[in-house]
Amino acid sequence: MAELSVETSFTSAVVDRTRALKRFALTDAFFRSLTRICAISVLVILGAIMFSLVEGSWLALSTFKLDFVTTEVWNPVTIKFGALSPIYGTLITSFLSMLIAVPLGLGIAIFLTELCPPLLRRPFGIAIELLAGIPSIIYGIWGLFVFAPFLQSHVQPFLIDAFADIPVLSSLFAGPPYGIGILTASLILVIMILPFIVAITRDVFETVPTVLRESAYGLGCTTWEVTRNVVLPFTRVGVIGGCMLALGRALGETMAITFVIGNAHRISGSILAPGTTISATIANEFAEAVGDVYFSALISLGLILFFITFIVLAIARYMLLRLERQAGN
Amino acid sequence: MRMTASLVAAAAALCTAYTASAADISGAGATFPYPIYSKWADAYKKETGDSLNYQSIGSGGGIKQIQSKTVTFGASDMPLTAEQLEKDGMIQFPTVMGGVVPVVNLDGIKPGELVIDSNTLADIYLGKITKWNDPALAKLNPSAKLPNQAIAVAYRSDGSGTTFVFTEYLSKVNPEWKTKVGANTSVQWPVGIGGKGNEGVAGTVTNTKGAIGYVEYAYVKQNKMTYMRMINRDGKAVEPGSKAVQAAAAGADWAGTPGMAVIITNAPGELSWPMASATFIIMYKQPQDPAASAAALKFFDWAYSKGDAMAEELDYVPMPDNVVGLIKKVWADQIKAKM
Repeated sequence: MAELSVETSFTSAVVDRTRALKRFALTDAFFRSLTRICAISVLVILGAIMFSLVEGSWLALSTFKLDFVTTEVWNPVTIKFGALSPIYGTLITSFLSMLIAVPLGLGIAIFLTELCPPLLRRPFGIAIELLAGIPSIIYGIWGLFVFAPFLQSHVQPFLIDAFADIPVLSSLFAGPPYGIGILTASLILVIMILPFIVAITRDVFETVPTVLRESAYGLGCTTWEVTRNVVLPFTRVGVIGGCMLALGRALGETMAITFVIGNAHRISGSILAPGTTISATIANEFAEAVGDVYFSALISLGLILFFITFIVLAIARYMLLRLERQAGN
Repeated sequence: MRMTASLVAAAAALCTAYTASAADISGAGATFPYPIYSKWADAYKKETGDSLNYQSIGSGGGIKQIQSKTVTFGASDMPLTAEQLEKDGMIQFPTVMGGVVPVVNLDGIKPGELVIDSNTLADIYLGKITKWNDPALAKLNPSAKLPNQAIAVAYRSDGSGTTFVFTEYLSKVNPEWKTKVGANTSVQWPVGIGGKGNEGVAGTVTNTKGAIGYVEYAYVKQNKMTYMRMINRDGKAVEPGSKAVQAAAAGADWAGTPGMAVIITNAPGELSWPMASATFIIMYKQPQDPAASAAALKFFDWAYSKGDAMAEELDYVPMPDNVVGLIKKVWADQIKAKM
C-alpha cells in the first residue's frame, strides 16, 4: 500500500503543484478579504456611532444652538442645558493630570531602563502594570473613602494657607477644603494614567540600540545627557504616542471621577472646588433622564467628548509630523 | 445588609431563571425598589413557579421601556402625571414606600438630637444659611451646642427619586425654592457637592466635618448615621421611621388624586414624616399581551398580601391596607386582563 501511494504521488506531482498553487492563491485571497472586512468593520462601527450621536443630539443642539457650548446652566427643571462646565471640567482635569503624570511617568521609565539595578526592574515593572489592571470603580471608592479625607485634613488646608497671600495662586487654591473636587479628581487620574505612560515609554526606551547608548557613554556623556540627547530624540514618536493614549483615557474616564469630583455644574476659579466632567455627567444622569430634550442634551455631551478626543488626536498627529519634519532637516 | 440580601436574591433569581417553565413576568425601571422586588420574586418563584425578570435600569429607562412595550411593567420613583398616563393609555400604582432623611456630621451631636424645619432646610440648600450656629438653627435647637462651623452641603448627583422627594418637598413649602430650583430627579443646585448614589452622599457626609446631606431612611438605619428630626406640617418634631412614613401615607388622598400620583411630602397628621414617597408600577390598560399583564398583577397581588414582612426586613415601608384596597379596585376597573 505504502509503495503504491508513493508511486502515484510521484506521477501526479505536476498536477499537485498547480493545485497547491491554486489553493495558496485562494487562501491568500480569502485572507486578504477577511482582513479587509475587519478593517472596514471599524469604519462601519465608527460611522454608526457618529450617526447615532448626531441623530440623538440633534434635538438639543437645534434647541439651544451655540448656547449649548457657551453657557453653564444645567437645569433639568426648566429644561435649559449648557455644557460649558462639563467641558471645562473635562479639559482641566485632563490637563492637570497630564501635567503631573507625564514628568512622573518619564522619570519612572528612565529610572527603569537606565538606572535601575536589573534585579529590581521586574518587580517595579510589574507593580506599575498592576496599577493599570485595577478597575476604575475601585479607584473611585478608594478616592472617596480614603484619599479625599486625607487630602481634606492634611493637604488642602496646607495648600490654602500656603498660597493665601499670593495673588493668582490664592484664588486657584481657594477653600473651603471639601476633600473632593477638581484637584482630587486630577490626582486620581494621575494614578490611573501613569501605567500607560510608564509601560509604553519604558518599552520604547528599550528599543534604543545599545550601540548608540554605549557610544554616547563612551564619549563621556552623563546619564542625563544620554537620556536627553540620545534616548528621548530616538523614541520621541513612541513617547508622544504613549502620552496621547494616556490623555485619551483621562478625557474619557468616568467612574472614578464621578465619585471624587463633586459633580457640581459650576465653573470655579479654584481647583479645590467641586466640578464635573462630560463623562461623569452622563454617568450620573443618563439612567433617570426623563424628557426628550434632557436625553438629547446628554447625547450631545457624548458627541462633544467625541469631538474633543478627535481634536486632541489630530493635534497629536500634527505635532508628530512637525517633529519628524524637523528631524529630517 | 440590604446589599447582601439583594445580591443573594438576584443570584437566586438568576439560577432559577433558566428552569422557568411557567409565565415569565418582565419589568424594568427604578433602582430604589430593586432589592425588595428581587426578594419578592425569589419567594414568589418558590411558591408558584412563576418568575419575575426585573431590570433595575433607572426610572427614566423604565418609562422608556414600557412606552416601547418591551416589558410588561415599568417602574418609576417619580409618578407620571395623570395626563401622561391618559395619553399613553396607562395606569400606575404604588408598591412600597420609603422616607428621605436629613443627615449630618457634627462633633458631639447624637442621632436625632438636632431638629430642623422646612424653611431652614431650604435656606441651607439655597446657600443662605452657611454656618451651623446660625440663629435659625439655634432657635430650633436651644439645648444643642452648635459650632461656629461652615455647613458643607451634600446632594445626590445622579438622577434619583430621593432627590425628587427632597426637592418636591422644599418646592411645596418654600416659594423661593420653587422659583429658584424647583423639583425633579436632578436639579441645578445653588451650592454644595454631589455624591453618586446614597453611598456617595453618605460618604461625603461621613467624611466631611460640618456636612449635611439627605439619604433614604433604610440607608440611615443600616449605617447608623446621625439623622435629624423634622418639624412636620402640624408643627410637631418627628423621628424618621416606618411608623412615621405610614402615618403620612395613610393621610394622603389616594382616591382623589388622578392617576394615584401622590407624592407624600408635607403630609398632615401629628405623627407624619414630611419627606416620604412611594415607588410606582406603570402598566397598560389594554395590554398587548393580556396573559403577561395578568401574571404581573397576580405577582403584585401576592406581594401586597404576603410581602409586607419581607419589605420591613429590608427597611421599606409597606402600603397601608386601605390604599391596597383602592389599588385592587383600580386594577379591576381599568386593566383589561383578568387574573
